[in-house]
Formats: sequence, structure tokens, C-alpha cells
Amino acid sequence: MTRKHRRLILIGSSLGVLAFAVALVLSSLRDSIVFFNSPTDIAEHKAAPGKRVRLGGMVKMGSLERGDNLQLRFEVTDGNKDILVSYRGIVPDLFREGQGVVAEGHVEPGGTFAADTVLAKHDENYMPREVVETLKKQGHWQETAAPVKQSAR
Amino acid sequence: MIAELGHYALVLALALALIQSWSPVVGARKGDVALMKLADSTALAQFGFVALAFAALTYCYVTSDFSVANVFENSHTRMPLIYKFTSVWGNHEGSMLLWVLILAFFGALVALFGTNLPATLKANVLAVQSWIAAAFYLFILFTSNPFRRLAEVPVEGRDLNPILQDFGLAVHPPMLYLGYVGFSIAFSFAVAALIEGRIDAAWARWVRPWTLLAWMCLTVGIAMGSYWAYYELGWGGWWFWDPVENASLMPWLAGTALLHSAVVMEKRSSLKVWTILLAILTFSLSLIGTFLVRSGVLTSVHTFSNDPARGLFILVILMVFIGGSLALFAWRAPLLKQGGLFAPISRESALVFNNLFLATACATVFVGTLYPLVLEMATGDKISVGAPFFNLTFGPLFVPLLIAVPFGPLLAWKRGDLYGVAQRLLAACAVAMIGLAVIFAFNGAQSVLAPFGIGLALFVMAGALTDIAERIDLRSMSIETIGRRAAGMPRSSWGTAIAHFALGITLMGIVSASTWGSERIVALKPSQTVSISGYDLVFDGMVSRDGSNYRETAAHFTVRKQGAVIGIMEPSKRVFPSRDGMSTTEAALLTRGVSQIYLSLGDNNADGSIAVRLYHKPLVLLIWLGALVMAFGGALSLSDRRLRIGAPKPAARIVAQPAE
Repeated sequence: MTRKHRRLILIGSSLGVLAFAVALVLSSLRDSIVFFNSPTDIAEHKAAPGKRVRLGGMVKMGSLERGDNLQLRFEVTDGNKDILVSYRGIVPDLFREGQGVVAEGHVEPGGTFAADTVLAKHDENYMPREVVETLKKQGHWQETAAPVKQSAR
Repeated sequence: MIAELGHYALVLALALALIQSWSPVVGARKGDVALMKLADSTALAQFGFVALAFAALTYCYVTSDFSVANVFENSHTRMPLIYKFTSVWGNHEGSMLLWVLILAFFGALVALFGTNLPATLKANVLAVQSWIAAAFYLFILFTSNPFRRLAEVPVEGRDLNPILQDFGLAVHPPMLYLGYVGFSIAFSFAVAALIEGRIDAAWARWVRPWTLLAWMCLTVGIAMGSYWAYYELGWGGWWFWDPVENASLMPWLAGTALLHSAVVMEKRSSLKVWTILLAILTFSLSLIGTFLVRSGVLTSVHTFSNDPARGLFILVILMVFIGGSLALFAWRAPLLKQGGLFAPISRESALVFNNLFLATACATVFVGTLYPLVLEMATGDKISVGAPFFNLTFGPLFVPLLIAVPFGPLLAWKRGDLYGVAQRLLAACAVAMIGLAVIFAFNGAQSVLAPFGIGLALFVMAGALTDIAERIDLRSMSIETIGRRAAGMPRSSWGTAIAHFALGITLMGIVSASTWGSERIVALKPSQTVSISGYDLVFDGMVSRDGSNYRETAAHFTVRKQGAVIGIMEPSKRVFPSRDGMSTTEAALLTRGVSQIYLSLGDNNADGSIAVRLYHKPLVLLIWLGALVMAFGGALSLSDRRLRIGAPKPAARIVAQPAE
């Protein structure tokens, strides 16, 4: 086997693996990315019903209702639009009314957001960046978020 | 006073780093021994001053000096003493101080123990090391000064984030940083080699122990972080493919590839350019990891409060170092003498195979982690890339790699005999097939992939045992021969076999815990029972008690198996008045062999019941046990005679033990 052959085998197999990886990445990126939506986005029907999305905003004050069997209903707001979220299970420690929240799930045909995951965070002052931007876009960042930040201390 | 002393020490360390950044380079160019030697002293003194700064901050924490803003924000007088120590790095400023402390520590180690290095190489390595150090001292002094004083001294501190008030904080960040920062040595060696334009097999021999040490620490650090998140976050997961987790996985993958390519370089004087590139990439990925975690550009479940201005500073550091080193690589790498090519079937090729797949897997993780950022900049769409993406890309790339693991060590250098190796692996293959068949018989059609996963794990483990069995000539059946060969077998070979075996252990834990685990979420009233996988848990009632700086409400559960009491579990909720009533969930774990029952509390309901989340996690401990065994394999390899004895002249202690 000549040097040329060896080099060809090396380069060929490297390219093969890379091509395989690129194919994998492209095919799975198409199926497994999740878009981030604000309540306004959802009200404007940006997300198709049944498609997996992340919803971010603030848990509206006074909207949290606990039902039987660990059922939970609350409204997520960006100051402009509200959306009703239903969730069954245990919410993270830092889940509270008036706090930022990111929930993952899909929009039901009736317009309710069925969440299967409510994301946890580690710090009471931390606000997911997307939520901050959502609030800023709606011009409610100063009014809603800042007082919460102070009261958390 | 102490805080100012610490601040001043940090400024002095910066001054020393600035001296060290040019004098050895000039010395190396001019052949001025005195200038080169200067780096040894400055590296040691730098470490001394950073240690002093770190000690000063620790002192402020232990004495609860709330006039220091950092202490005020992250400590409390009633916090247990151990957390007063660990909260030093339980916040941004302090953790960056720990980062530079470890960086200076490694610099000092090179200065102390690198006595057998060529003088110019050592001088350049120390110079590069101090460039990194200087950048991070500036970062700390300008954007994250941990010694900032408050004008009015508060009476009480705000307490450490309750999630961090855990033993995990004592182990996870230091180990992770030892790993991240440890790779800076490989980086400095690579850049120094590029500056000199000369590289040989001895270079790999010097770099390997440092890489191995960093890799071991990173392995343990990641495993500890995973276990910590598993029991602290209360949802029983041990890996979420979260950006922050990926940030630590990428340097690990690249570092693992570097370990293997350095072997080829050392033994066969080949793959030089690639090894240099890997060394640069590994540390670059560590820097990117620091950036991702510290800047908060990506939303992560593990993110704490952060400040975008700091992110920008780190981004600049990142671009200078990654861009600079890659540009240097592009410019100087063609000067390096290429090694020979080798036969497609050989140990070298097996290691290239390993590198190819590890690097590709690392690249897919990189794409998945940073794609949301790129897409948002390009289109404004906000997306997240979740676990399915990583499972679909990372999985298929790791399977061929794992299949190849047993083949590698059995193949001969230069020209291997694949058919012969396959024959020698027949026994391992048989073990895997039996395992696969047994699992398939019991499991039925529940999960198709799981039996194959277990089979693969068994193959990797049996393959590692085959390697050992052949090396100690188990077939001779003579205890004398086996004992002699086992004693004579190099420790690095033991290390390889053990680390590869551990890979199988971890895989088995992953497959088992994710396939056969069960989960129940129920609301319980006192004296009600919940059952999972043959265990019955009776909820006896709630207990309240006071902790040092929190109030705890625990649920008392008695666990029975077939009527016999096997344990008590007390998951609890802790409320921290000092943090405005922030609460944490403390999960209860009951370990049975290497399996665990996991119980965590939810909210109280109006009807007096309490929500609980219950998991049975079969063989879950194997995941982290495997990582520990892997690190042990690394330690064995590190203690190998070959690495302790340098090439040009014997140096008894080129490999320093970690200080802790």
C-alpha cells in the first residue's frame, strides 16, 4: 500500500464520518428544535396547535389555581396578552406568582397551553433572557419585573 | 484591612504576570538564561500572591465581614462553617478567583517540576500561561472585584443561595476548574511549540501527564456535578443536555481525544499537527465553557444571576486567545515536521478512529449548543435545542466508538491484524450476546435498544478484561506466571484497561436507569401508601425542625419490601428566612446496591395531602461509579514509571500530585 493510498483512506474515512455527522445533525435539527414564544406570539397564532413550543413570561398575579390530582392552572402574561396554562405535576421551588417562568408544551385547539415541563431555575433573581426580552418588547419590563426583583430580596 | 490586602495581592499578581508575559520569551529568543529563569520565580510568586488573595477572601467569609459586598451578598452568620468556606466560590467573583488560583497553581507546578524540560520550551510555556493569567486578573480587577467594600456595613448577610448550601459545592466547582484550567497547560505547551516551531515525541511525553491530570479532575468534576443536580434539583434527572452541561462535556470530549492522540505522537512520532490543534481546541472549549456559564447568553437550568458586561469581557478574552492561537497555528503549523502515515489497520489507526469520532461528537454538541445563539442573531427566532437532538446525534456517533474500544488496545502498533483481534475478542462477544439474549428474554419488546445497550456495555467491559487477561497470560494457568506478568505490566496498561472497563460501567448505568426506571407522581395523605417496583412506602406524617439557618418540614416515610422494613426516607422542604423565604427541596435517597429509590416533595394541597415524586432508578449509581473508576484508571496511568521518568534526564517527580 502506497503512501497515497493510506492518505486517501484516512481522508476518505474522515470525510465519511463527517458527512454522517452532518446528516445526523441536519435531520435531527429539523425535528427537535423548540421555538420560544411569548403569550403575544401565541395569541397571534405564530405557533401551530399541537407543535412543541416554549412559552415564556410572568406568572400572572392571582391566577394560580390548584386542582385535584396535582393539576395546576395559571396564566402567563407578557403584559399585553395572557394565556392559560395547564400542567399536571410538581412545579419547581422557585415557581411563584409574579415571577418569570418558562414552560414547555403545546397549544391545545381550545387555546389553552398544555405544559408538560415547567423549567426550574437556581436563583430567585435570575430571569431567563428570553423572558426579559419578551417583557422589554411589550414595554413592561420596568413596571412588572423590577419591583419583583426588589421584593425578592 | 484584610480585604484590601487581598485586593493588593491580586494587583501584584497581575504585575508579576505582566513581567512573566514577555521576559521569558525574550530570554528564549536571545538565549538569556537569567531572563528565562525569571519566569520560574514569577510563576511561584504569582501563585503565592493569588493564594494570599484567596486566603484573604476566605478570611472575610469565615469571619462574616459584611463590609465586603461579596460576603454580604453570599453569606450569613448562622451558616454552617463548611458553607462559609465553600461560599467563597459559590458566587461569580469568588469562583473567578478560584479559577485564577488554579491557573497560578498549575503555572507554579510547571515552574517547580518542569526541571527536565528544555529551558526555552519551559520559558515559553510559562509566558503563555501568564498571558492567560494576566487576562483573567484584569477581568477580575475590572469587572468582578470580590473585595469591593460597602459604604454602610450591614448587620447580617443575605445568605448563600440555598441550592448551593450543599456538600456538592465543596467538590464540584474545584474539580471542574482543575479540569478546565488544567488544560491550559496543554494549551501553553502547544502555543510554545508553535512559537519555537519545533516539536518532537518528547513534547507529547511532557504534555500527557498534565492532560491526564486535568482530564481526571474534569471527569470527577462532571460526574459530581451530575450527581449533585440529580439529588438537588428534585426531578431525578442526571443529564439534561443543558448548555452549561454541554459546556463541560465539550472540553472533556476534546481532552479525551487529546489523551489518545498524544499516545500516537509519543510512541510513533506521528499526528503532531493534529495533537497541537487538539490541545488548542480543548482549552478553547474550556474558555467557551467559562464564557457560556458566566455570561448567561444561553438560557440554562443551571444559570445563576449574571451580568452581560462581564460576558463581553470574557468574549474579548475568548476571541483573543482562541483567534490568536488558531492564527498562530495556521501560520506556524506548516513548519512542524510531519510524521509518517501508517497502515489503516494498526493501533495508530484505531486511535485516529477514536479521535475522529470523539471530535465529531464534540462538534455536534457544539453545534447543538450554539445553534440557538446563531439562529437568533441571524433570524431573531428564539429556539432551544433539546435532549432529542443530542440523543439522535451523539448516540449514533458514540456507538461505533464504543464498539471499537475493545479493539484498540489489542491491535499491534504499525501493522495490526484485525481478524486476529476479532478472534481474541470472541469470548467478549459471546458475553455480550448472552447478556443481550438474557435481557431480551426478560425485557420482551419493551425497549428494543436497551438489550443492545447492555450488550454493548458488556462487550466493552469484557473487552477490557480480555486485554488484561492476555497481558498477564491468564491462559498459562500458572499462578506464578500470572503474578509475575501482572506485576510487570505497566501501570499505564492497567490504567487503559480500567478506564475502558469503566466506560462499560457507565453505559450500563445509563441504559438501565433510563430504560427500566419508573416514576410516580402522587398526592398522599398521612398513613397512605405508594408502591413502586416492589417497594411500599408509607407516609407516616410530617415533621418540622429547625436547621442552622433554615426551617425544615420533612415527610417521614417507612419503606417496606414484602412486608419487611428496609429503611426510612425523609424528603424535606427547607425554607430560608434570610433569603426572603426561598425554599429548596431536599430529595431523599435510599440506596439498594447500586440502585436507588428517589423521593422528593412537591406542594401541600388544600385537602391536607402532599405531592410527592417517586422514582425507582435501577443501577443508577453505576453512571457516576463508572466515572470515578475512569478517573482511577487515569490516576494509575499517571503513576506509570514511563511518565515519571522524563526523556532527556530522569526527573523523579515530573508528575505532581494534586494538592488536595
